[in-house]
Amino acid sequence: MGLLNLFKRKTFAHGVHPPEHKEETAHLPIRRMPFAPRMIIPLSQHFGAPAVPVVRVGQEVVRGEPIARADGFMSVPMHAPATGVVESIQLMPTARGPKTEAIVIRVYPAAEQRVLYGAPRDVENMTPDDIVQAVQDSGMVGLGGAAFPTHVKLKPPKDFPIDTLVVNGCECEPYLTTDHRVMLEHTDELLSGIRIAMRVSGASRAVIGVEDNKLDAVEAIKGKLPADGSITVQAVTTKYPQGSEKLLVKVLLDREVPSGGFPYQIGVVVNNVGTLAQLGMLLPQSQGLIERVVTLAGPGIKKPGNYMIPLGTPLRFALEYVGYEGDATHIILGGPMMGNTVASLDVPVTKGVTGIVVMPERERSPAAQTIYPCIRCGRCLDACPVKLNPSQMGRLAAKRLYTEMQQKYHLNDCFECGCCSYVCPSNIPLVQYFRIAKAINRERAA
Amino acid sequence: MTPRIELRTSPHVKSPTTVAQIMRNVVYALLPVCAFSVWQFGISALALILTVTAACLATERLFNWMGDRSSTLSDWSAAITGILLALTLPPGFPLWMGAVGGFVAIALGKALFGGLGFNVFNPALVGRAFVQAAFPVAITTFTPAFLSNRFVEFIPTTLTPPLQIPPSLTEWLTGQGLDGFTGATPMGQWKFEGIVTDTATLFSGMGGGSAGETSALLILLCGLYLALRRMMDWRIPAAMLLGAFITAGFFFLLDGDKYPTPLFVLFSGGLMLGAVFMASDMVASPVTPAGVWVYGLFMGVLTVIIRYFGGLNEGVMYAILLGNALSPLIESITQPRIYGARKREAGQ
Repeated sequence: MGLLNLFKRKTFAHGVHPPEHKEETAHLPIRRMPFAPRMIIPLSQHFGAPAVPVVRVGQEVVRGEPIARADGFMSVPMHAPATGVVESIQLMPTARGPKTEAIVIRVYPAAEQRVLYGAPRDVENMTPDDIVQAVQDSGMVGLGGAAFPTHVKLKPPKDFPIDTLVVNGCECEPYLTTDHRVMLEHTDELLSGIRIAMRVSGASRAVIGVEDNKLDAVEAIKGKLPADGSITVQAVTTKYPQGSEKLLVKVLLDREVPSGGFPYQIGVVVNNVGTLAQLGMLLPQSQGLIERVVTLAGPGIKKPGNYMIPLGTPLRFALEYVGYEGDATHIILGGPMMGNTVASLDVPVTKGVTGIVVMPERERSPAAQTIYPCIRCGRCLDACPVKLNPSQMGRLAAKRLYTEMQQKYHLNDCFECGCCSYVCPSNIPLVQYFRIAKAINRERAA
Repeated sequence: MTPRIELRTSPHVKSPTTVAQIMRNVVYALLPVCAFSVWQFGISALALILTVTAACLATERLFNWMGDRSSTLSDWSAAITGILLALTLPPGFPLWMGAVGGFVAIALGKALFGGLGFNVFNPALVGRAFVQAAFPVAITTFTPAFLSNRFVEFIPTTLTPPLQIPPSLTEWLTGQGLDGFTGATPMGQWKFEGIVTDTATLFSGMGGGSAGETSALLILLCGLYLALRRMMDWRIPAAMLLGAFITAGFFFLLDGDKYPTPLFVLFSGGLMLGAVFMASDMVASPVTPAGVWVYGLFMGVLTVIIRYFGGLNEGVMYAILLGNALSPLIESITQPRIYGARKREAGQ
């Protein structure tokens, strides 16, 4: 450590430094949360086609048993998070707003809840295609928040050879510490997951990028790296949004993902550390994804921490377990920079939920919430990691010139990290403007 | 128990800086310049600053009322316009003319465009340009600094009744024991009489000039405060001063007898005040990183060209106004290269 390291450490241009608030939970080991009496498993909690139920109402299910199958390649199956009986298959509220089809399981209170499903297998001797199938069967999706099916990521189109696996351990969102805890507590599983992902994708090396506010995790991983040097770990500067895969690839490999493109086009596959650690746990046992680590934190939470929560646990149960303040009005799934607030506590924890952050009524004074006109201070340009011109796009959005925003100002390259809104002294909801503009452009194109 | 749930879009955290806070800090940074001006020129300068600022605030409020909008005085931007305009005027400028300037600055320079954030030109300079055209004599009538009774007696022109021509100062100046004072600023002396004031006087601000332009050092320090608090884009003043320095240096090397040293150019006239507090006006300047350099350099070069070859001895005001006018163009040709932008195919 020391100053020299600081100068050597790599970073990207622009970005912001919101208060981290990670110290509240970073030192707390992952604890198990008990089973809720009712579990809600939405069939669409990933990017792609919804899963198709393979159980019927009234059927008994064992913890870990598949309850819905993947519908095509761009889809993943679902597994029972607890032993119980299928109570119904019906429309239930989701984090995104509209109700979607979900399997509701009434959990047997006295059941032993051991995972009986699955059997050990030798992943080392499986062919890459068999592993891709196995990954899909496990129901794995990106646990960093995007919930993109992992097997699809690991098998890019044939004309794009992959040379590097980038492992994302940045976790740049304030409050969240799940990846941090996973790197510390499940280092072996993480490395085994990395080896599996390297074999499947054909990458000859893997680079783990970790923000330098988690140097203990860097040390933990370093102690277990293989001697051949195929896997390395690199500390990168703590700055939001370092965890964006495009920026991480730029920082670690000095390659840029082409605008509108994917990392595989430049020979890279990016996976989150939580995803790979989970993969390293599940594949050798032929098991499915039935639980995940979630950070519960924020000023409104009484017992913040990292919890291993069964997927399908309603937020109400999770929040009551940790305790929350009565006037906690904003319940955010994910981190405070990119997460969504939910409208109902009946929304369940799904595969893409990294954290539940509870914010009490905005602590800022009413004056600080006044929206002023844009004074063209340029702070948003200095914050945007993609180097867009949010100021100009905001002005165009106010005039509803959505097409111009895309054609001249690269609206679709915005990945909604929120840096521009975060710094805007006029309190202009820029990101929200851009979301609306994108949605309207999509609608017009359709 | 179900809490009262509210929906909100991300991001859910926000940096604490607000527009009002930025503007308030600019006002703070201007206060030492005002204080120095009052120390130098006495109660006339004080009355001028207060009158012009009051006129700006009243005009802003008037347009709020006419437009049926809630008051925008709390964003502090009208106060900045008032103080800046006052600081560019001669210390003995008639108060009623100052008030007219303040009205024009806000009305024509800002409110007609739609208020804060929409003005094309720096409002204070719009007001300054108006009074320069309307009151050509009064705006070039300068009085010396550090008159002995400046704290008890107004300069006679200050209290000119509204719509009246200010009296001649010759008699009053003679009474002050200043027979033969030409009233010329260091800039005017150089331009029309060939006298070059020494740089140290200019830097410290012990010479004459407009109410707030005399001390380059003080203005630099105040600008530094804003830059360090990240309330101002330091690149614009830096580029403008650099542009002026290079251009002046070029002419000085060309003919050292005819043209003054680059340092004289930097520290004389309104260049420092204009570069630090007016050119850096965020609303009327480009937002792109390359654009601010182009914009600043352009204004710096233009300032020197106008000073040397124009009919006026002072070029800062028009240089900045022209820079303001060009800023949308500069911005449109300096859009940054975005992450992952595809290189154009050869031949396209």
